[in-house]
Amino acid sequence: MFTFDEYYDVVVVGGGHAGIEAALAAARMGCKTLMITINADMIGQTSCNPAIGGLAKGHLVKEIDALGGEMAKATDYAGIQFRVLNTKKGPAVQSSRAQIDRKLYRSYMKQVVEKQENLDVLQARVEGILVKNKRVWAVDTNIELRFRTKTVVLCTGTFLKGLIHIGLNNFPAGRLGDFPAYKLSECLKRLGLRLGRLKTGTTPRLDANTIDFSELEVQHGDDPPKPFSFFTEKITNKQLPCWITYTNEKTHEIIRSGFSRSPLFTGVIKGIGPRYCPSIEDKVARFPEKKRHQIFLEPEGYDTVEIYPNGIPTSLPIDIQIKFIRTIKGLERAKMIRPGYAIEYDFVIPTQLKHTLETKEIEGLFCAGQINGTSGYEEAAAQGLIAGINAALKVLGKEPFVLSRSEAYIGVLIDDLVTKGTNEPYRMFTSRAEYRLLLREDNAPLRLMEKGYNLGLISESQIKKLREYRELIREEIERLKKERARPTVIVNKALEEKGSSKIEESVPLAQLLKRPEISYEDLEKMGMGRKLPEYVKREVEIEVKYEGYIKRQMEQVERFKRLESKRIPEWIDYDKVPGLSTEVRLKLKEVRPVSIGQASRIPGVTPAAISALLIYMESLKKKRKAS
Amino acid sequence: MLKFSDTIVAIATPLGESALAVVRLSGPQTEEIVRKVFRLGKALKKDYQLKERYVHYGFIVDPETEEIQDEVTLIFYREPRSYTTEDMAEILCHGGRISPRKVLSACLKAGARLAEPGEFTKRAFLGGRVDLTEAEAVLEVIHARAEKAHKAALNQLSGGLRKRIEKIAERLKEAMMLVEASIDFPEEEIEFLEPEELKNKLSSCIEDIKKLERHFGLSRQIKEGFPIAIVGRPNVGKSSLLNALLKEERAIVTDIPGTTRDTIEGEISIQGIPIRVIDTAGIRKTEDPVERIGVERSIEKLKEAAVVLVVLDASEGLQEEDLFIADLAKDKRHIVVLNKTDLPQKLRKEDVEKLGLKGPVVKTSAKKHTGIEKLQREILEQAGMAGEMPDEFIVNERHADALRKAREALERCKATIETGLSNEFIAIDLKEALDRLGEITGETTTDDILNMIFERFCIGK
Repeated sequence: MFTFDEYYDVVVVGGGHAGIEAALAAARMGCKTLMITINADMIGQTSCNPAIGGLAKGHLVKEIDALGGEMAKATDYAGIQFRVLNTKKGPAVQSSRAQIDRKLYRSYMKQVVEKQENLDVLQARVEGILVKNKRVWAVDTNIELRFRTKTVVLCTGTFLKGLIHIGLNNFPAGRLGDFPAYKLSECLKRLGLRLGRLKTGTTPRLDANTIDFSELEVQHGDDPPKPFSFFTEKITNKQLPCWITYTNEKTHEIIRSGFSRSPLFTGVIKGIGPRYCPSIEDKVARFPEKKRHQIFLEPEGYDTVEIYPNGIPTSLPIDIQIKFIRTIKGLERAKMIRPGYAIEYDFVIPTQLKHTLETKEIEGLFCAGQINGTSGYEEAAAQGLIAGINAALKVLGKEPFVLSRSEAYIGVLIDDLVTKGTNEPYRMFTSRAEYRLLLREDNAPLRLMEKGYNLGLISESQIKKLREYRELIREEIERLKKERARPTVIVNKALEEKGSSKIEESVPLAQLLKRPEISYEDLEKMGMGRKLPEYVKREVEIEVKYEGYIKRQMEQVERFKRLESKRIPEWIDYDKVPGLSTEVRLKLKEVRPVSIGQASRIPGVTPAAISALLIYMESLKKKRKAS
Repeated sequence: MLKFSDTIVAIATPLGESALAVVRLSGPQTEEIVRKVFRLGKALKKDYQLKERYVHYGFIVDPETEEIQDEVTLIFYREPRSYTTEDMAEILCHGGRISPRKVLSACLKAGARLAEPGEFTKRAFLGGRVDLTEAEAVLEVIHARAEKAHKAALNQLSGGLRKRIEKIAERLKEAMMLVEASIDFPEEEIEFLEPEELKNKLSSCIEDIKKLERHFGLSRQIKEGFPIAIVGRPNVGKSSLLNALLKEERAIVTDIPGTTRDTIEGEISIQGIPIRVIDTAGIRKTEDPVERIGVERSIEKLKEAAVVLVVLDASEGLQEEDLFIADLAKDKRHIVVLNKTDLPQKLRKEDVEKLGLKGPVVKTSAKKHTGIEKLQREILEQAGMAGEMPDEFIVNERHADALRKAREALERCKATIETGLSNEFIAIDLKEALDRLGEITGETTTDDILNMIFERFCIGK
């Protein structure tokens, strides 16, 4: 083993969505950073569907953006179809989703990584992490090169002991076409980390030239497309449509004929798969009454014929895959370019992590992304960002950066992982966020950008724009509460046109805007609006319209914060706390919650146990005071 | 120091015969709650200055109806100069079983939460008031009682009631699942609930909760009296039994006709607890339409009653109608009354056992007025008002409180639907309602809802 002559502050293992954000954040915060990836051509690869965002995931992307991450900008650069989901509902549960050109996305990310100051890239496989006195000091690679470093961020995705299944055939791989990482997994176990095993899958890819689109339902994106990033002015890419088709009884019959050779049903696959993204064979087996399943045909990019048939991930034998695809409308002559497959991989049980994503066991060792049991590019990127930031803060000797459940979906994601763990690949849903009405896509910059600025990840000019907007929003809301609409002919006519009841006497403008059928645009039409940036108008409208609900959630947040601020000392000995059941004691010892609030969220920890803990902590304080 | 966000209330003195009792409030909303329930002086002033550590004379009123509940004195403490170091109030009201409960109920309605066992002392300790030895004693109390009390809470409910609450919770979970599925999976092929449909579902849950609230509504029962129904086939002496019970306490209200075709009510008070006795028409199979109406009404009254007195004629053998009546009463709290014990006895012990009734048996002679006192004691026992039974009372009041808050949340939910707001707004109060019912049936977590979605729907774009 040759020891590289330079020292690094942060070594990031992996060049996927977590690895990219981790490496960029650390480098941008001034740390000397090295990204080691198994395949440097594949930096920023989207291994599964060619899309970013979706319900609750769009929220994550916008939060990453507000904290200075790269995912939203890459999506805007590579997006070929943009859609806002849930537009019939309120702003809190509207999420953005974009189809992307895989190659463009990769090339954008690779360029950003390559151009980044303080960031080196190396193609190699990390096979060992060196630890002294419970602290990371170096990593070893398969090319016989050792790198000394203060911190390591593991973003290994599905590569840890990755095992691909196609029918009853299986072979080690990190993703179809890439090598897995076996030795690293063994090394983590030796270091004392507990690992579990999960499974995920992807669909076959088809040749567009062999698909008959003529009879299929077309799905277009929004016009005009709305960018993900707060900093993108406009989407200029040509927009492409997707198509919708369905499986049928014949398809299901063929799928069932493959059950006896399915690794899923014959017990070959041991890892647990995600229930919200089951394989087509699982759907057919579990919902036999369903006559058809929806498939979205998504283009993989501008200059490729590959089509991603979203909805049929499968690990059935290859002959069954070919046969069932041909029963589907439009796909009768379809040729497969790549097979669908399932992949099993090791993950680190995430209750072994702190909220900073550093392992409790080994100082300086961070984990982010699928290695922590999540699924999805957005969940991975969010963790990568937080792990990268905290690795950098550790190197710089600064306070850690943790987002709470009341501040961001990222906070919910990480708190769920480190508090409850997971037994299937974890995906974000809006229902996981208690303060859903406050954590909106639209206000992500208002919630988080100052924090990004303080970390050094948001520039002066960027924060200046946001501060101006914030001030405009405040002023405008104040004005709407003060200025009144008089019952003039114009006003009442405009109200009537909107199906809104007339006013008899003058009312504050805010009161009009509170009516569900009245928008800020309507106030403008009545001559009572102001010329303001679109972003400002939208925020004003939301803040005024949903004021009551927003206020209620803010009160809930205040109550939540009280328990969060009651910190549990790290050195607490749970064996000494009287009155805890064995089960509760074990759980507390495993998670080692940082606050009473977190402790109360651990499944199985009862209110009585929380009382016992509070009283014990108070008595410790008194004893200390007395002595 | 940890600040608690809610305000707790409890009766601080043992329930039972006493001249005075103390109801205590502690927490940040103490003053707000006091202003809702306390009216100053004989003039019932609403607008008054609350002076710290000063004895205020006045009345406790029902915060919704302004009806006077009790004449009291009230002392207010400002944080941190109180036992718990929070804002606190001590209300001195009349003793006994009724007044303290009325005061407590008023405070609960005004937004206080019923304290857990040991909770005042816990707050005092966490506020730095109590020393360690005391704190350890508190821990013991919390552990010995809190967990048990919660478990006992469910067990103390009769099987039927418990099932009904669980059923409502199931329906709400189902609604919650559909609401959440529509938010998180809008692109899936799922049939979602139309607003009107959801509203109807919620309305029916509200109705069912209201029905349940009547079971738990102690305050209402205190106000109106515990309903006790006397049932039996014709001529077993129900009316004379009513007479006997009434006579015991005060003058008879009505002349009892020879044959009761309708129900007759009278009010008595046993040890200060108001009891409403309902004499029903004799229950038997009949072709006479007028009599049949009476029989049906009797069955209805039987169902509404808190305790049913099943009257048998001890001087006659068991008849088919006795079995029919016993069957109706067996799921209710009941007492088997063997009346006419002054006459030669024909009814044997085995006959009574044949009825399959588990309740206590009391022998009476309404005519000779024997066994009536024992019957009264049994009535109190069965109504859950005998002796000092604070635990059971607390359990009941907790359930009532949870049900009321669940209902209020569902009503807000309906209002949200009416304003045309979308599902994420509806979800807020739906969750609140589920959380409240969860205090009785066990918590529903986000993961539970997600599990239901994945079980029910084929998700997976």
